[in-house]
Amino acid sequence: MIDVTRRQFLKITAAGLGGSSLALLGFSPEPALAEIRNYKLARTTETRNTCPYCSVSCGVLLYSLGDRSKNTKAEIIHIEGDPDNPVNRGTLCPKGAGLLDMIHSADRLKYPEVRESGANGWKRLTWDEAFDRIAQHLKADRDAHFIKTNAEGVTVNRWNTTGFLASSAASNEVGYLTHKVLRGLGNIALDTQARI
Amino acid sequence: MTNHWVDIKNADLILVMGGNAAEAHPCGFKWVMEAKANRKAKLVVVDPRFTRSAAVADFYTPIRPGADIAFLGGVINYLLANDKIHHAYVKAFTNAAFLINENFSFADGLFSGYDAAKRKYDPATWQYQLDAQGFAKVDDTLQDPQCVFQVMKRHYARYTPEVVSQVTGTPRADFLKVCELIADTSAPDRVMTICYALGWTQHTVGSQNIRTMAMIQLLLGNMGRAGGGVNALRGHANVQGITDQCLYSEVLPGYLGAPTDADKTRDEYLAKRTPKPLRPNQMNYGQNFPKWFASLMTAWYGSAATADNGFGYDWLPKKDAAYDVLALFERMHQGQLNGFVCQGFNPLASAPHKAKIDVALAKLKFLVVIDPLATETAEFWKSHGEFNPADPAKIQTEVFRLPATCFAEQDGSFTNSSRVIQWHWKGADGPGDSLSDLDIIGALFTRLRALYAEEGGAFPEPVLGLSWPYRIAAQPSPEEVAMEISGRALADVADPKDPTKILAKAGEQLAGFAQLRDDGATAAGNWIYCGMWSQAGNLTARRDPSDPTGLGQSLNWGFAWPANRRILYNRASCDLSGKPWDASRAVIKWDGAKWGGNDVPDMRPDAKPEEAVMPFIMNPEGVARLFAFERMLDGPMPEHYEPFETPLGVNPLHPDNPQAVSNPAARVYPGDLEALGKAAEFPYVATTYRLVEHFHFWTKHSLLNAITQPQQFVEIGEELAREKGIVNGGRVRVRSKRGEMVAVVVVTKRIRNLSVNGRKVHTVGVPIHWGFRGATRPGYMVNVLTPFIGDANSQTPEFKAFLVNIEKA
Repeated sequence: MIDVTRRQFLKITAAGLGGSSLALLGFSPEPALAEIRNYKLARTTETRNTCPYCSVSCGVLLYSLGDRSKNTKAEIIHIEGDPDNPVNRGTLCPKGAGLLDMIHSADRLKYPEVRESGANGWKRLTWDEAFDRIAQHLKADRDAHFIKTNAEGVTVNRWNTTGFLASSAASNEVGYLTHKVLRGLGNIALDTQARI
Repeated sequence: MTNHWVDIKNADLILVMGGNAAEAHPCGFKWVMEAKANRKAKLVVVDPRFTRSAAVADFYTPIRPGADIAFLGGVINYLLANDKIHHAYVKAFTNAAFLINENFSFADGLFSGYDAAKRKYDPATWQYQLDAQGFAKVDDTLQDPQCVFQVMKRHYARYTPEVVSQVTGTPRADFLKVCELIADTSAPDRVMTICYALGWTQHTVGSQNIRTMAMIQLLLGNMGRAGGGVNALRGHANVQGITDQCLYSEVLPGYLGAPTDADKTRDEYLAKRTPKPLRPNQMNYGQNFPKWFASLMTAWYGSAATADNGFGYDWLPKKDAAYDVLALFERMHQGQLNGFVCQGFNPLASAPHKAKIDVALAKLKFLVVIDPLATETAEFWKSHGEFNPADPAKIQTEVFRLPATCFAEQDGSFTNSSRVIQWHWKGADGPGDSLSDLDIIGALFTRLRALYAEEGGAFPEPVLGLSWPYRIAAQPSPEEVAMEISGRALADVADPKDPTKILAKAGEQLAGFAQLRDDGATAAGNWIYCGMWSQAGNLTARRDPSDPTGLGQSLNWGFAWPANRRILYNRASCDLSGKPWDASRAVIKWDGAKWGGNDVPDMRPDAKPEEAVMPFIMNPEGVARLFAFERMLDGPMPEHYEPFETPLGVNPLHPDNPQAVSNPAARVYPGDLEALGKAAEFPYVATTYRLVEHFHFWTKHSLLNAITQPQQFVEIGEELAREKGIVNGGRVRVRSKRGEMVAVVVVTKRIRNLSVNGRKVHTVGVPIHWGFRGATRPGYMVNVLTPFIGDANSQTPEFKAFLVNIEKA
């Protein structure tokens, strides 16, 4: 048996490039040559990722159309378990088996939006508008309610009138940077999903 | 997890209790099946429901929700009464021999030091007796009546099999069968593991549930062993990592206690958190706290953090009160919060007592929701019929909804339950204009910083001075941040044993936390992650699954914290001479010159066995605590208390003390006590749980998952159904003191009624996954039912045991 990776195998068998390769694999080239439609997976880019659901944190392989060049738009078309991952060894559970539909869910948010005070619907914003308005809200609240010293005169430098709940689905890098920014602003009203 | 997923295959006995791994963690549960298939391991499941984990168990027995300490306390009593403990291990590696203060007492359900008005304990009498040098006194014979072993033995003598059965509803014979199976692993060559999850944490005694199990594992000598440990099977793929980054008000990254108003100066702060050794020769690793803290401050404040200004200590906010999720919503409910940001967190669904959360959110001036999906929280103001009867015109909160990318659309690292940090790579861009969370946080911070630079404002110094070395300021890259978390040398770091030897040159990434310094020479955002990105590169991206010994360690796959160690406390896998208790499952051993083997030793590598450096290096006494003189707010030893909504109305262990019905040290806010139901009106115990097809409130947005489990339901046993005239597939109304929901009912043999304290107790099962947004049929958020009260230590809400009534709808 020749030593081929899973991707090479797909390329070899799908494209019908040469009978000699197929013969090496140990089966007849005819059925493959008769195949008209190529395997989609053969033209995909494979990316290692981690299932975001429970903390078994199964390894997954994302298959996306496109070769990741700057002028192409990648689209994930298939996800399966990473057979090399020592924990899940290629398996996925009923939750993870539906990952593709979560990524492409009709409920994915696409644009920043605001629901104005008392309004009954969403209004689309640009990122600039959203960031500006939120930054102004945060600054106004911080400036109005920042506590430099407590009743005993101890320096406390805290801001506790805006709260922040952090995600347990975010990466370590997101969590760390969020923490750094919040403490940097003097915020102590922070907590996380991880507590629950 | 003290151990890791694959290591479960090394167990002889697997106890699944307080969790249902077969459905909540299916791909991890396969290692239970491996142990059964290849080691002839036994699986024991104790759960209120006959779950899919139970379906493949060698032995299953039911338990009343919220009675786990009674069960496990009974196991401790069984082990001690029948002398089924690992003697050498208990004597050497635990504090069994340590003498406790003469004034310590436990009477009528309360430990000494209780202040009923404050609902708090003063732990002054829970301390060790100290000698003149400040070391704890011990009695190696374990006979002194004040030694931990005897104190513990007296405490649990009350937990007889009869009492256990009376409190838990578990049949006495079943309980004894489980005890026998567990006791079998007290032999040095037999090992048990325990897999638990939210079934233990979501109680007002959650932390003590887990402590009881830890005590059992210590008595059996199963901690630090391959196939052993205490293993929390956790939630989201990075819930462990976010816990480690410590997005909690009370801790800084790496579990460094955050400053409070009592820590007026840096010196006071450090003195309180830097422990002194409690026994001779111990590592007392916490003595390095000043190095971890200084390295964090230099990571955050960069060149502005200097030895002269205490590394920016005064810039750090000091904490004055609780700010956990429950405390935050209580403050919001009282009108003390103006703004709120939810990052990938859907509290309208996840936090207890939805009616209270609704009122609280409507009091905000602004709410920002950052999420890949349309969450219920972002639309709390919108009417969704019976599921969310809101009137937008009456709600003035300005709500922003920002689209974030999801896991598949960004690079970064997740830390799994095994503490293994694994890098993942982006497969495609997110939809529309969505941005990564790093870009969103980066953009918000740089805009705020610009506003402070332009117009000034309250205390701008730390905002302007926050170290922000990222190449594109508004878009910090995952790689830059990961390197900052891991840490680097700011000046040359010399070997303390040989100052001519430089361990890390200025500018280099550090190899591990042993290189951290307290003088500003090193910066590391999270000391326990130090080394994950060393000079060798991003070790979390390693993908070598090789496992040369067959033990399942895969040391070159990702990077486990701390120090790439896969089994914590692994020094305890060997006897005092350094020989493995079981050579067939050797983790490490002493080779005559150093510790080494199949893992990174959890011990100073050159600590000779005769030096008696004990395995629990983070404790200043070097041994594990059967009796916790600190850190547990509700008692040094676990005691059974009823859930705050109890079907019995009394604590059968303390029937005459109303103060000891439920956890005496749990926090109760005014108004929430009144919102608790009594058994007369709400006679049935409800417990919430997940289904194999769904993950929290997330997969309901995924079509495939919505197809497999489309509609909300509740489950009840056949006898309750008969009593109430309820038929399978009909609709029922489930009410608690706080709200109600209507759903289809599944009548099942999987939930039995139990005989508890002389009465019959029925359980109503409430799966959690529905809401008013998603691809499933709309449903109620089950937190319309749940109580607003949490564990005394962690403030995790009591979702697993509360009271309801049920009727045909």
